[in-house]
Amino acid sequence: MKNFREDLKYVGKPVPRVDSYEKILGVAEYTGDIELPGMLHTKLVLSPYAHAKIKAIHTEKARKASGVVAVAVGDDFPFRVGLYVNDRNVLARKKVRWAGEPVVAVVAETLEQAYEAAELIEVEYEPLQPVLDVRDALKPGAPLVHEELGEYAHSPAFHPIPGTNIASRFTLKKGDVELGFKQSDVILENEFMMPQVSHVPLETHTSIGQYMPDGKIKIWTSAQSPFTVRHILSVSLGVPEHKISVYVPYIGGGFGGKAGINFEPLVVMLSKMAGGRPVKLELTREEQFITAPVRQGLYAKLKTGVKRSGEIMAEKILYVYDAGAYADYGVNVGRAAGYSCTGPYYVPNVETESLTVYTNHPWGTAFRGFGHFEFLWAIERQMDLVARELGMDPVEFRLKNALLPGKTTPTGEVLREDAGRIDECIRAVASRIDWGKKPVAAAGKPRGKGIAALWKAPAMPPNASSAAFIKFNEDGTAELLLGITEIGQGAETALAQIAAEELGLPVEKIKVVPFRHTDVSPYSWQTVASRGLFMDGRAVQMAARDAKNQIFDIASQVLRVSKEDLVLSDERVHVRGRPEVGLELRQLVNGYVYPNGNVVGGPVIGRGFYSAARLTYLDPETGQGYPALKWTFGAHAVEVEVDPDTGMVKVLKLVSAFDIGKAINPAIVLGQAYGGALQSMSLGLLEGYFYDEKGRMLNPNLTDYKIARASDIPEEHEVIIIENPQLDGPFGARGIGELSMLSVETAIANALYDAIGIDLKNLPITAEYIWKHIQAKKEKIPVEAVT
Amino acid sequence: MLRSIKVVLNGVERTVDVEDHWTLLWLLREKLKLKGTKHGCDRGDCGICTVLVNNTPVKSCLVLAPEVNGAEILTIEGLAKEGSLAPIQKSFIEHSALQCGICTAAFVLTGHWLLQQGDGVDRKRVAEAIDGILCRCTGYRQIIEAIVDAARKK
Repeated sequence: MKNFREDLKYVGKPVPRVDSYEKILGVAEYTGDIELPGMLHTKLVLSPYAHAKIKAIHTEKARKASGVVAVAVGDDFPFRVGLYVNDRNVLARKKVRWAGEPVVAVVAETLEQAYEAAELIEVEYEPLQPVLDVRDALKPGAPLVHEELGEYAHSPAFHPIPGTNIASRFTLKKGDVELGFKQSDVILENEFMMPQVSHVPLETHTSIGQYMPDGKIKIWTSAQSPFTVRHILSVSLGVPEHKISVYVPYIGGGFGGKAGINFEPLVVMLSKMAGGRPVKLELTREEQFITAPVRQGLYAKLKTGVKRSGEIMAEKILYVYDAGAYADYGVNVGRAAGYSCTGPYYVPNVETESLTVYTNHPWGTAFRGFGHFEFLWAIERQMDLVARELGMDPVEFRLKNALLPGKTTPTGEVLREDAGRIDECIRAVASRIDWGKKPVAAAGKPRGKGIAALWKAPAMPPNASSAAFIKFNEDGTAELLLGITEIGQGAETALAQIAAEELGLPVEKIKVVPFRHTDVSPYSWQTVASRGLFMDGRAVQMAARDAKNQIFDIASQVLRVSKEDLVLSDERVHVRGRPEVGLELRQLVNGYVYPNGNVVGGPVIGRGFYSAARLTYLDPETGQGYPALKWTFGAHAVEVEVDPDTGMVKVLKLVSAFDIGKAINPAIVLGQAYGGALQSMSLGLLEGYFYDEKGRMLNPNLTDYKIARASDIPEEHEVIIIENPQLDGPFGARGIGELSMLSVETAIANALYDAIGIDLKNLPITAEYIWKHIQAKKEKIPVEAVT
Repeated sequence: MLRSIKVVLNGVERTVDVEDHWTLLWLLREKLKLKGTKHGCDRGDCGICTVLVNNTPVKSCLVLAPEVNGAEILTIEGLAKEGSLAPIQKSFIEHSALQCGICTAAFVLTGHWLLQQGDGVDRKRVAEAIDGILCRCTGYRQIIEAIVDAARKK
C-alpha cells in the first residue's frame, strides 16, 4: 500500500525533540524538584510480613518526636481506591497483604525528622499463612488475600470470584476447540513461567498533596495520567472533580508503573491531617521495589493442535497472572492477554481462561506491553516447539498461520483491510538476518539464530477519549495544550509535528505547554497503551482544523471570498490561485483590525477530540466483541553467541520490524525501538523478584536486581519501519511505544536452541540458568539436578 | 558537626556550611537547590547523580560533602556558557539521545569529561565510560552515538 500523503513538510522528519533544551540543560522540572511553601515530608513504615493481622499500632512516641506534624494509620482512611476493581487501601487496614505494604505514614517538618520518628513506631502483628505462588492461590482452601472481595465495586468488564483469590476471570471461546483438536495431527502441551519484575523508573514515585480546609485538593505528581488520578480520587473521596487540581511536570520514566492512581490519595489525606500544608512523598529505591506496584508474574499453559501441513487448528490457553496483593489495575492486564491470547496468528478454534490472581506478593499494575510481553514469551516459544515437532522451519510455520487482514482475531473481529501486516514484518527480519544460513561460530562459542513475532492493541475502556487545544498568539505563533503526559516517549514532539503539518506552521513556532494541569489542560484518558500518538494525534488534527476554520472565517470576510477558496500555507492565508491576494497569519489570529480600528473576529482557539470508534465490552462468557482500536504488528530476528562455560549470551545482531503505519518522527521511533528492545532483553535475561520462604523480596536494590547497561546492548541493531497506513490514524500512524519491548527475549531463547539445543521455558534466562541447561544436557540429567 | 568548606562550583567560588553526614548529592540538591543533579538510589548503583569533581565523574551520592573541600565541581547547570550549549549538549539533541531526561545530565557530564580525555573515543570506550550510569528509556545506542560523534567533530 502506498502512503496516502507524500507532500509532507513536518510529519515524517526527524525534528529535534521539543523537550530537548530543558532536559539537556538540567532545568526540566520533575515532581521531586518542586518545593512549596510550608511543605512537609513523609516516611512510611512498611510491613515486614507478607500476610499478617495487625493487632496493634503504637504511635505515641512518634507523635511526640521532634518536628512531627501527623501520624496516620490505615483506619484514618476508611475508603478504598481502584481503577477497575476498588480493592486497595491507602494504608493497610486490619491486615497486611505483602511485605512492603505501607502501614503507617509519619509526616514531619523535615525528611530527617520523619525518618527518626518512623523508627519509634511499633506495630504488633499476628502472622498468617501467606500465598506465594499463583498455582497455590487457586487451590481449594488456600488462604484468602481478600476475604471481602464480594463487597468491592468493580467495572462491568471484570469478573471477580468472591470466596477465592481470583480478582478477575476472563474467558474466551471461538469456534469449537475440541473439534479442532480432533482435526489435528499433532498436539503439543507446554508450561511457561516468569516472576514479577519492577518498572525501575529512574525517578521513583513522587507525589505532593494538599487538602485545604475549604475542600480544595491540589496534587503535584509523577503520574502518567493526571485525569485518571483526578477521577478516581473524586470517586473515592466523594469530592467533586472541579475541586481537585492535578499538576504533572516531566516524568522520569513511567513504563506503566505510574499509570492509574498510586500514592496520590495518601499524600492528599496526610495533608488534610496536617491542616492543609503540602505533604511530599518520594519513594526510596528500596521502596520503589517493594512498596510501589510491579509488573505481574505469569504462569501459562498452552495446548496447541496442528495439521501435519502446518495449519494451527486449535489452541487451549490458560494464563494465570500473579497480581500480588491488589489488582485494582492488574485485572485489565489479564483481560488484555485474554483477548490477544493467540499472538499474531489465525487460530480457528480457541478456548482461553485468563485469570488475575491475588497472592501475598507486591501489587501488580500496568507495565509497558500490558500482559503481552508475558504471554508472547509462552506463545512465541510454543510456535518454535510446534514447528520443530512438525519438522517445519519456524519462519515458514509462522507465515503459514499469519493473521492477515480478512481473518478473524480471537474475539471474532475480522482484521481490517488497513491493519498492519505481520507477514511483511516476519519476512523483513528473516531476510536481514540471513535466515536459513548457518552462522559461522568462533572456536568454542556456538552461534544461533532465532525469530519471534508480536502484536498488540491498546487495552482501554471502549469509551476512552482524548482532547487537544491550539491557542494562537498575537504574532501568529501558537501553543499546543495536551492531556497526554511526556514520559520520555516523545509524544510532545510528534504531536507538535502533526499540528505543524495541519496548520502549515513551522514546528519551532508551536510551543507545547510542558506540563499537564487538569484545570487548564484538555482531557486525555491515560498516557498508556501506545494510544497517545493515535488518539491524541487525531484530537490535535481536529483542533488544528478547527483553528484553521476560525482563521478562514475571519479571512473570508476581510478578503471577501468564500472560505472554500482560501489556502493556508507558510503562515499566510491567500486566495486559491492568487497567492498575491492574502494576509499574514498574525494579521488574523487575534482578529483582523482595519486601519480605522474596526475588528473582525477575535483570538483563535482550536479545540479537538477523539473517542475510540466502535469498540465494545466483550461478551462475559465467550470474550467475543471489539476490543481493539488498532492492531500493531512486529517481529524480531537475532543472531546470538553463547559461551558454554559461563552461560553468557551475546547478541551479535538484532533486526526489528514494526508496521507502524507512519513514522511521524523517525528519530524518536528509533529511540523507542532501541530502548524497548533493551528493556525486553533486560527483563528477559536479567530481571526478576526473588523471595525468601516467607515472601520477603531478597533483591530490592539495583546491586542485586540488575537492569541492562550500555555494555549489554546488541552489537548491531537494525530497525525496519514498515508503513502500511491505518486510514483513520493521524497521517496513517498507529504507535510504537510498547511494541518495541515485546518478544526480543523470546527470539533470543529461540536462537539458544539453534545454537546449543537447549529449550528454555521460564524467565529470566540468566547466564546461570542457561549454564544449568547446558550442563543438564551434557550430563543427561534434569535441570533441577544441576548443582 | 557543621563545618565550612570552600568549593569552586560551576566556576564560582563558594563557601558553604555542611554537616559531616551530608552527601554531595544532598548538598547540591537540597541545600544549594541545584536540581539538575538527580537522585536515584543513594548507593552508587544507578549513577544518575553523576557530577564532575576536579574534572572526574563521581557519583555524588557516594561522596560526603566535607570531602569536596577545595574541589572544583561541575554540575549540569554549569555546562552551557553565555547562552550557548556545550558541544556535547548539541550532539545529544542532534542524536535524539534522551527520552524522559532523568539520567540525561549524568550522561552529558560523563560525555563532556570523555571529550577532554584525548583521542580514541570510539563506541567501545564510550560504552565502558557510561557503564556505571543506568538509563531505562533509550537503550543507550543514541547516547553512545552522540558522544562518539561529538568526539569526532572536536
